[in-house]
Amino acid sequence: MDYATLLQLLDTTLRFATPLLLACLAGLYSERAGVFDIGLEGKMLMAAMSSGAVAALTGSVWLGLLAAIGGSLLFALVHGVASITFRGNQLISGVALNFIASGITVLVAQSLFGQGGRTPPLTGGARSNPVILPFAEPMRDVPVIGPLYYEVISGHSPLVYLALLMVPVTWWVLYRTRFGLRLRAVGENPAAVDTAGVSVRGLRFAAVMITGVLCGVAGAYMATALQAGFGREMTAGRGYIALAALIFAKWRPWAALYACLLFGFFQALALRPDVVEGVVGVKVPVPALDALPYVLTVLVLAGFVGKAIPPRAGGEPYVKER
Amino acid sequence: MSVSTDAGRQATAAPTAPYAIELKGISKAFGPVQANKDISIQVAKGSIHGIIGENGAGKSTLMSILYGFYKADRGEIVINGRVTAIPDSQSAIRAGIGMVFQHFKLVQNFTVLENVILGAEEGQMLAGSLAKARRVLRELAEEYELEVDPDALIEDLSVGHQQRVEILKALYRQADILILDEPTGVLTPAEADHLFRILRGLKEQGKTIILITHKLREIMEITDTVSVMRRGEMTATVKTAETSPEQLAELMVGRKVLLHVAKGPANPGATVLDVENLRVKDDQGVERLKGISLKVRAGEILGIAGVAGNGQSELLAVLGGMQAGTGHIRIKGDEIDLTGKHSNGQTRRARGIAHVPEDRQHLGLIMDFTAWENVAFGYHHAPEYQKNRLFMDNDALRADTERKMATFDVRPPIPTLAAKSFSGGNQQKIVVAREIERNPDLLLVGQPTRGVDIGAIEFIHKQIVALRDAGKAILLVSVELDEIMSLSDRIAVMFDGRIMGERDPRSTNERELGLMMAGVTDGGAA
Repeated sequence: MDYATLLQLLDTTLRFATPLLLACLAGLYSERAGVFDIGLEGKMLMAAMSSGAVAALTGSVWLGLLAAIGGSLLFALVHGVASITFRGNQLISGVALNFIASGITVLVAQSLFGQGGRTPPLTGGARSNPVILPFAEPMRDVPVIGPLYYEVISGHSPLVYLALLMVPVTWWVLYRTRFGLRLRAVGENPAAVDTAGVSVRGLRFAAVMITGVLCGVAGAYMATALQAGFGREMTAGRGYIALAALIFAKWRPWAALYACLLFGFFQALALRPDVVEGVVGVKVPVPALDALPYVLTVLVLAGFVGKAIPPRAGGEPYVKER
Repeated sequence: MSVSTDAGRQATAAPTAPYAIELKGISKAFGPVQANKDISIQVAKGSIHGIIGENGAGKSTLMSILYGFYKADRGEIVINGRVTAIPDSQSAIRAGIGMVFQHFKLVQNFTVLENVILGAEEGQMLAGSLAKARRVLRELAEEYELEVDPDALIEDLSVGHQQRVEILKALYRQADILILDEPTGVLTPAEADHLFRILRGLKEQGKTIILITHKLREIMEITDTVSVMRRGEMTATVKTAETSPEQLAELMVGRKVLLHVAKGPANPGATVLDVENLRVKDDQGVERLKGISLKVRAGEILGIAGVAGNGQSELLAVLGGMQAGTGHIRIKGDEIDLTGKHSNGQTRRARGIAHVPEDRQHLGLIMDFTAWENVAFGYHHAPEYQKNRLFMDNDALRADTERKMATFDVRPPIPTLAAKSFSGGNQQKIVVAREIERNPDLLLVGQPTRGVDIGAIEFIHKQIVALRDAGKAILLVSVELDEIMSLSDRIAVMFDGRIMGERDPRSTNERELGLMMAGVTDGGAA
C-alpha cells in the first residue's frame, strides 16, 4: 500500500467516523445522566430525512441542519417524557422510537417527493460542502505532512470539524463544569442529587435534549455531507455501532473519539478490498469486510475488550424513596 | 435609630425563638394510612433530641417532612422562631437543615470533595468550588474530629468515613440543625463512639441535633430530650435524665417489654455442627472465608459477632447450601457436601438444617406471594401438604399456616395476604415460624431482628431460646452486639473471614468484643 492509498483510507475513515462520533457523544450525555438511549439510530434517521427534505425544498443546507436538529429533538423529547416523566422502560421507548423513525421517514419522504421514499439528490448550497483549511494549498507540496494535511485533515464538511471539536468540549463540560458534575452524579446516584436539592428530572431532560441536538447534527451530516440526499434506512445501524463504541470507550469522551475512528477505519476498509488483499495477501470477500465493524461490536458487547462498567443508575427511572 | 431597631428585634426574637425547631400539629396521610397524626415537638437550640419508635411509627415520615421530601397535610414548621415553608430539599438546606440518611446519598465513584460540593457549587466552573471545599473541610476536620481524605473515592472509604462525608456535606452547607437517621446501624462500636464524640462537639458549637434510632442505649447515652412515637402519634417527650430504657420501651410498644432475654443456663449436649477449616471464594476469586473452624452443640446458641461484610453472610450461605466451599462440615458426625454439586437448600433441610436467612425480603420470602405460599417454600415436598401424587393440598397448607400464625402471633393472621402486606416484624415471624416449626437439629439464624420492632424482637428471641432449651443447636449471626450478648451461650467474633476468638458472654464486654470486631488482637488472646 502506498502513501497516497493510506491517505485516501484515512480520509474515508474520518468521514465515516464523524456520524459515529456525533452519535456516540450524543449517547454519552444521555447515558452519563442515567438514561439509556437505544434510539440514537432512530433520531439520526429522523434527522437525516428532515435535513434532506428541507435542504431539497429550500436549497439551504443550514435550514436543513436546523430541521434535522428539530426532528431529532422531537424524538428526544418523546423519549424523555416516556422514560423520565412517566418512568417508562428506557429500552422499550428507544426501540419503539427506532421503529417509528424507520416508518415515518419513508412515509414523509414519499408523500413529499414521490421518489420511493428518497429525497431528490442535493446539489450546490443544499449540500454541506467541504471547506479548505488555511494553508492547505501552499502546504500541499511539503513532503509527508503536506499531503496528510491537504488530503486527510483539510477539505471536509464543517460538521466534521464540529464533531471533532465536540470531543474536548464534552470532556471539559463533564469534568470542569458544575453541569458536568451534576450530570455524572445523576447517572450514578440520583438520590444524592435529589437530596442536594437539585432537580433530577431537569438534569436528565437537559442531557436527553443535548443527545437530541447531537443526533440531529449526525443525521444532517449523513444526508447532506456523506451522501447527497436521504435514502431509506440510510443510517444502516450506525446508531447501534455508536452505542457499541460508547461501551468500548467506557463512556469517556476521548476514548469515544478513538473508538469511533477505529470503527470508521473498518468501514473504510470495507470499501477497499483491493487494499486489504494487498496487505493481507489473501482475497478477503467484501461481505466479510462489511461485517467487520459488526463483529467488533459483538466482541465489545460480549465483554472481550475489557470490562465496561456503565453508569450505576443507568436504565432506572428515579423514584424518590422515603 | 438603627441601634434601637436592632435591640427591638432582639427583644421580640428572644422570647419567640428559644427553639431551633418547633413542629406544630403536623399531620400526614398516605391514602388511608395516617403516618403522622397531629405531631408537635419543640427542640431547644444546642441540644440533642432523640426520636424513638418502632418501625412504621412515623419517625422517618416526620423527618422527611422536615427535609422537604413530603409536604404535610396540616401543621406548620417553625425554624428559629420563624414559620418556614419547606416544599423541597433546597428550602430545607436554605433553612439550615442537614440530613444524614440511613442509606447514604453519596456518589460512589466521586471523590469526597466532589460529593461535598455537589448541589452547593459556586458558579458554573468547578475549580473554585473545589478549592474552597478543600479549605473548609480542613477547618471542619480540625474542629470536629471529622478527618477524611478529600481526594479519596467514596467507594474506597469505610462506612464510618462515608458517614463523616455525609456530616461534612451538611456542615459545608452551613447546617445548624442536623438530622441523623439510624446512624449507628452500620458502625462498629468504636466508630459509633467516635460518631458520638463528633455529635457532642457539634452540640458544643451550638448545633442542634435530631437523632432517630431504635436503640435505647444510644438514646440514654447521648440525648438531652427524647420523643417517643407510636403508630403515627407522639406519645411522650421527656428529659432523658428523667427516664429509663424500660419506661421508653413501654412507651414505644404500649405495654411492658422485657428488654433482657430471660434464659436459664445452657445445657449443651453432643456436637451437632462441626466446621473445620472452611474456605470460600467469591466470584472475583477473593477469599471470603479464610479457614473457619467452629462447633455448635445441641442445646446451645453460638453467636457470631462482627461488622457486616466480614464473612458472616458467606458462612451462612455455605452452611445453608447456597454456596460452594472447601473444608469440612459435619452434621452429627456425617460429612456433608460442600462442592454444591450434590447439595442445595433442599438437601440441607433433609439433613435437619433450617435456615432463617439474613435478608428476609430477598431470600426468606417472595414478597408478592401470599403468606401460605411462603410457608410452603422449602417444605413443599412435605407429605402432609400433598393431596395425591400430582397435586398439593392447598387447604391443608392454608390451615397449617393459620395454625403457625396463631402460634407465632403473626398479625393480621390472614394466610391469603401477600407477604409484602405484613410489617417487617410479622414477615420475620412468618419465616421463623416456617423454619422453627420443622423442629430442625440445627437452626441457622441471620440477623433475626433486623428491621423488626421491639415487641416482635422479644417474641422471636423467646422462640430461639425455647428451641435451644428443646435441645437443638443454634448458630446465630447478628451485627447487633446487644442481641449477640443477650442470646448467646458462646460468642465467636468474625473479622476478615476469620474467627478472631471466642468469648463467654458472662465474662466479656462490648469494649473487648468491639476491639475484636475491628481486628485488634491482644497478643495470644485470639
